[in-house]
Amino acid sequence: MATSFLRAAMFAWFAAVAQAAPYVPKDDTLVLERLPVRPGDPIGRELRRLRGTLAQDPRNLGIALRLAERYFELAGAEGDPRFVGYAQAALAPWWNLPDPPLDARVMRAILKQYSHDFSGAMQDLDAATREDRGSALAWSWRAAIHMVQADYAAARADCEALGVIQPGLSAVGCVTYLDGTTGRAGAAHRALSDALERSTGLPSETKVWVLTRLAEMSLRQGDIRQAEAHFRSALALDVRDQFLLAAYADFLLDQGRPAEVVALLRDWFRSDILLLRLALAEKAAGAAAAKEHIDALKARFDAAALRGDKLHQQEEARFNLYLLGQKEKALALARENWKLQREPRDARILLEAALAMKDPAAAQGALEWLEKSGHEDPVLRQTAQRLKGLKP
Amino acid sequence: MKTLIALLLALTASGALAHKPSDSYLAIRVEGAGVSGQWDIALRDLDFAIGLDDSGDGEINWREVKAHHADIAAYALARLRVRSGGADCPLRPTGFLVDDHSDGAYSVMRFEGRCQAEVETIEVSYSLFADLDPQHKGLLRLEHGAGTRTGIFSPERASQSFELAKISALTQFLDYSREGVWHIWIGFDHILFLLSLLLPAVLVLEGGHWRGVERFPPAFWEVFRIVTSFTVAHSITLSLAALGVLALPSRLIESAIAISVVLAALNNVYPVVRGRRWIVAFAFGLIHGFGFASVLKDLGLPQGALLIALVGFNVGVEGGQLAIVSAFLPLAYALRATWFYRRLVFVGGSVAISVVAGIWLVERALNMKLITP
Repeated sequence: MATSFLRAAMFAWFAAVAQAAPYVPKDDTLVLERLPVRPGDPIGRELRRLRGTLAQDPRNLGIALRLAERYFELAGAEGDPRFVGYAQAALAPWWNLPDPPLDARVMRAILKQYSHDFSGAMQDLDAATREDRGSALAWSWRAAIHMVQADYAAARADCEALGVIQPGLSAVGCVTYLDGTTGRAGAAHRALSDALERSTGLPSETKVWVLTRLAEMSLRQGDIRQAEAHFRSALALDVRDQFLLAAYADFLLDQGRPAEVVALLRDWFRSDILLLRLALAEKAAGAAAAKEHIDALKARFDAAALRGDKLHQQEEARFNLYLLGQKEKALALARENWKLQREPRDARILLEAALAMKDPAAAQGALEWLEKSGHEDPVLRQTAQRLKGLKP
Repeated sequence: MKTLIALLLALTASGALAHKPSDSYLAIRVEGAGVSGQWDIALRDLDFAIGLDDSGDGEINWREVKAHHADIAAYALARLRVRSGGADCPLRPTGFLVDDHSDGAYSVMRFEGRCQAEVETIEVSYSLFADLDPQHKGLLRLEHGAGTRTGIFSPERASQSFELAKISALTQFLDYSREGVWHIWIGFDHILFLLSLLLPAVLVLEGGHWRGVERFPPAFWEVFRIVTSFTVAHSITLSLAALGVLALPSRLIESAIAISVVLAALNNVYPVVRGRRWIVAFAFGLIHGFGFASVLKDLGLPQGALLIALVGFNVGVEGGQLAIVSAFLPLAYALRATWFYRRLVFVGGSVAISVVAGIWLVERALNMKLITP
């Protein structure tokens, strides 16, 4: 089934490619591609230096880790999985070792979770925390993966272990993220705001993160005005952060303000998650560019299916439900996604797709999660109510 | 602080795949012992591997890509191995283009090579970017005859073998016949030419007026003579051109075909040639044959089965033609005595055909687009 779907996708892609004819540019100065990192930028120079050193001495773990970290940061900022591949290549000598040095093991886990190999990542993190209970990084990532899997008891234990090693904003961030998701958004909002006020000299990136979480917590309490204020403070910090933009765009879409999303995301064509929001907004606003962007997203999802990726299912479900009107496929994707990832937005698309298909049973997992976790988001709660109100 | 950043990242990074990952698209076609293909590789990936941005301005333009074509070919082809029967099939680049995929611009390299003997099993080894980006994948489409196979290369699956199904002569014959039918079906100029000659077959000219024929057999034999001579004529030139014995510039051919349609249609309105229309069909059929041959050349002629392809294609063309004629003749015969047929279909249709073909003629002769999409 999966294979035949893949084959179908593959032929569809090749058919599409057959139409888009390759060409020979007429103008030598035609710019074909823009690079995310310029060779002359400080980060570009540092990457080149580290690569050069590592090429001379590929087993130098210190250099390899520095390079891998730099690439991983770039992956986060640009959202380009190529950088994860480059980081993995830097760690090549340690990648398949059963017992790599601690730091290499933690980095390997981080890269594995990025490709949604959660069990492989957790194995490495278990081994790392056994070897050294004081590895704050390893506990952080354990908490993150347990959160994604909605294993809140385990996530709480990880946050507590982190708090012992490194009390402060990290530990507060960990616990409040957990509380904010599991029905204590009000208390979490107070605790995280206090921690933010107490901290000084925080890098802007960190402030953006905290403010985005505060905005989410406000939304869960139904406080639209406060949420918007947090979003605006975060945007004012002028940091390239596609998660902030995605969260704010979703907020605006929920508020019925698509025109602002179109203005906000106009230049983010390359990012799939932001292009999805842009296309949703353009469709809502009746903008002409919607069709072109929907086609581009379709091509990218087809390409992902072609290489056998399943990293996109939550977004793809949303795409199918709201931009293609393919309810059945959306529900199948949302259900498949729920097996792997169980964060609030994963629950939301599953509930919405099930509602569209009038099939409450399909969203049983999300309904149970909402009950058990005590998650407060009014949008999710309303959707769940409507779903439960359907006659069986 | 580093931990904090990491943690914060951790708590949002799941599902962070915001871009399409790195893929290349490799198409390989096998014919006999010959291998040809096309390889689309992202400019961003090539820049990371061998450096394309010579000016260092963060932009890659066509001049920079052109300057590196030899490097691209050397780098890429050193990481692709095609083998058959235990021996390498060395590949060489034949052309470079660019293409825009959904995630950016790609270098398009065309290549070809020869294996030592006709390929039965092809082994493809792919290691592009395996050392730089272990998450890179190569997406292969392998064509052989009418069959297409696909494969995905990754560092874990770097080498794959494909057994090529032997294409039976019958399959090949049928493939080319299908193409022939398809071509006559979409080749409006051939259909209109034929119709122009067939329209008067159910009529006779008496005292400057057209009227319906009395009996079916004469109409049938008239159609039979026209179709047969058209077929014989275009088969002759199709074969000669396909075998490379005769060659004429395609613009000349296409223009001449358009002229043939104009003349055939006008002849119905202002009769010059009466009776003996089969001679007209034969003369102009010779020209139409060249047109068929250029289609056949575009399809690619299998060296091992030239005759099968040629005969198959021709049979397809005749089959398609026969289908059109057998739909036309009974209908025209039934309607022959009506005003609708004699005035509207016959005269009106002929005028319309000559106008359309006249526009084709201008388009083809002057190399411009007026009505053809």
